Amino acid sequence: MMEPAVPEHEYLRAQKKFPSVWCAGCGIGIVLGAIIRAVRALSLSKDEVAMISGIGCTGRMPVYVDFNTMHTTHGRALPFATGLKLARPDMKVMVVMGDGDALAIGGNHFIHAARRNIELTAIVVNNSIYGMTGGQLSPTTPFGAKATTAPYGQIEQAFDIAKIAEAAGASFVARSTTYHAIELDRLIARGIEKKGFSVIEVLSNCPLFYGRLNEMGDAVEMLKWFRDNTTAAPGKVASGKIVRGVLVDRDLTGYVESYRKLTAASKKRGGA
Amino acid sequence: MAKVMGKPVALNGDRAVAEAMRQMNPDVVAAYPITPQTEIVMRFSEFVANGEVDTEFIPVESEHAAMSACVGACAAGGRAQTATSGAGLAFMWEVLWVASGTRLPIVMHMVNRSFSAPLNILCDHSDSMGARDAGWVQLYDETVQEAYDNAIQSVRIAEHPDVMLPTLHALDGFILGHNLERLELLPDEAVKQFIGTYKPMYSLLDLDRPVTYGPMDYHDYFFEHKRQQVAAMERALEVVPLIGEEYGRLTGRYYGLMEGYRLEDAELATVVLGSTVGTTRVVVDELRDQGVKAGLLKIRCFRPFPAAMVAEALGDKKAIAVLDRSLSFGGQGNPLFFEVCTALFSHGFSPKVVNYVYGLGGRDTVPAQIRQVYHELIKIDREGVTGPTLRYLGVRE
Repeated sequence: MMEPAVPEHEYLRAQKKFPSVWCAGCGIGIVLGAIIRAVRALSLSKDEVAMISGIGCTGRMPVYVDFNTMHTTHGRALPFATGLKLARPDMKVMVVMGDGDALAIGGNHFIHAARRNIELTAIVVNNSIYGMTGGQLSPTTPFGAKATTAPYGQIEQAFDIAKIAEAAGASFVARSTTYHAIELDRLIARGIEKKGFSVIEVLSNCPLFYGRLNEMGDAVEMLKWFRDNTTAAPGKVASGKIVRGVLVDRDLTGYVESYRKLTAASKKRGGA
Repeated sequence: MAKVMGKPVALNGDRAVAEAMRQMNPDVVAAYPITPQTEIVMRFSEFVANGEVDTEFIPVESEHAAMSACVGACAAGGRAQTATSGAGLAFMWEVLWVASGTRLPIVMHMVNRSFSAPLNILCDHSDSMGARDAGWVQLYDETVQEAYDNAIQSVRIAEHPDVMLPTLHALDGFILGHNLERLELLPDEAVKQFIGTYKPMYSLLDLDRPVTYGPMDYHDYFFEHKRQQVAAMERALEVVPLIGEEYGRLTGRYYGLMEGYRLEDAELATVVLGSTVGTTRVVVDELRDQGVKAGLLKIRCFRPFPAAMVAEALGDKKAIAVLDRSLSFGGQGNPLFFEVCTALFSHGFSPKVVNYVYGLGGRDTVPAQIRQVYHELIKIDREGVTGPTLRYLGVRE
């Protein structure tokens, strides 16, 4: 692959906003790195790209990138992004959300964005907990895992983000982890290029809350856990591991495309 | 009820509220994490997990769901509570009105936070002041002790048969919520006895007297139901000090609708609520030492607003400054100012009154700023209101 002309730091508000707000050992910086490399690999100019977020640790991400950015309200990043995409269909719009943001308070928007199959790239950083507010249980906290609001273990079942996205109608669904950074670059790039709604779930490490409460060790130990407990080749190894890679890739008409066809046909009928 | 000995402890406001909730042992608590409230429910969920309370704790998926769960629990005959801040309260909006319109005595512990945008997690009163028309009784806490005391009294006010309205008490985010103060906790048994057992008048689970909550109510009776809410608010003006008196006999800490501080013979007065009352007290003492006749009116109960008492307390003052920690954009003033002016005017008084906005988005409010207010009042007393009626403290112009 040819080295793209744009240096990575061109995409960052490097002189203004760093160091980041994230705790030592947090995985979100790895996801940010993967996004930057994916955008660079696609040779997109920073003016062609928008990044929208809600509230939470992942919600802080747009501060650091020199794209067109909006930091919105908790759970509502997707509706804001929907508006943006309809007004500027030429833009590549990425929506970065945490698990609480995307699946709890914003769960309804998540399924409807997938059902509508609107041309957005949703990157869900899943650390299984609300990090920003101090480690409360989220809809992806695994059954039995501990959180500050579940000191003796979660008694609710966790959402499977990828299955929800698939069932609701997304064109592209993939999963990776913060250990598999290079794989993540490629999956995000494919998500950005895909027509229709694409979802990339990233299992991420929150050593401060999730790791500590569940005795998973430090950030490195958590990354090793991702290495040892996930697989990109589910058929070839023992089952029980979390599957990584492209889970859904189908050609469906996206919402913006359908919308344009409809308005074009209406104008033709009206003689405009 | 005879006075009981309190136990002195050091707690921050969030933890003090969590302690009050543990002692009250509500049937249902439903909440969603939001800074700076989260510590309340985080601590409370430990009590639940350790079996220290019998409460059903529901870690719902949003604040809209939190208030909805409280409505359901309360309609079913349970004692329901929640806690929230800023955007969380905004997201409850629709259901706040359902709670008051169905006359459910839900109690909310509100930790004040400013509204986005720009994004800000620090204190101002935009959230609770924004909800002032939602039909909830609203108390404001000056100290961590008051956050604890008002939490407990809120249950009695809300459930009083003459009131039957949801009640919130508001504590300043971070300033009270996250700061340690000394306070006295009542013995568990005393709290239990003070709040008693909730006997719902109309419970969904009463099979002998089946009821329905919240059906369609058009031009035929909707207006009458709203009129009843107004009447309940008016009766709360009697009930709030009644409960405050009873609580005083138990603790030695008496509560009314409002409190004058060196106000009786004062010529210059400020009207304040929340934690800034404490800062203002210090400045009043200082000015009194210098011979300035300064006084302070603290509003504890903002909804219902004790208009007649406020007018009586302020009517003879030479100059008055009302301090607001929220904005009503495009209005002729801000929430507390509106109330004070209307109270004065409708009771036949027309002293010189100005409005100061302070502390938005957590901006520090320091004694020097309050001093500036009184110095401007001295000038207003001498020369009349020469500058604008609406003024801003500690902002870059």
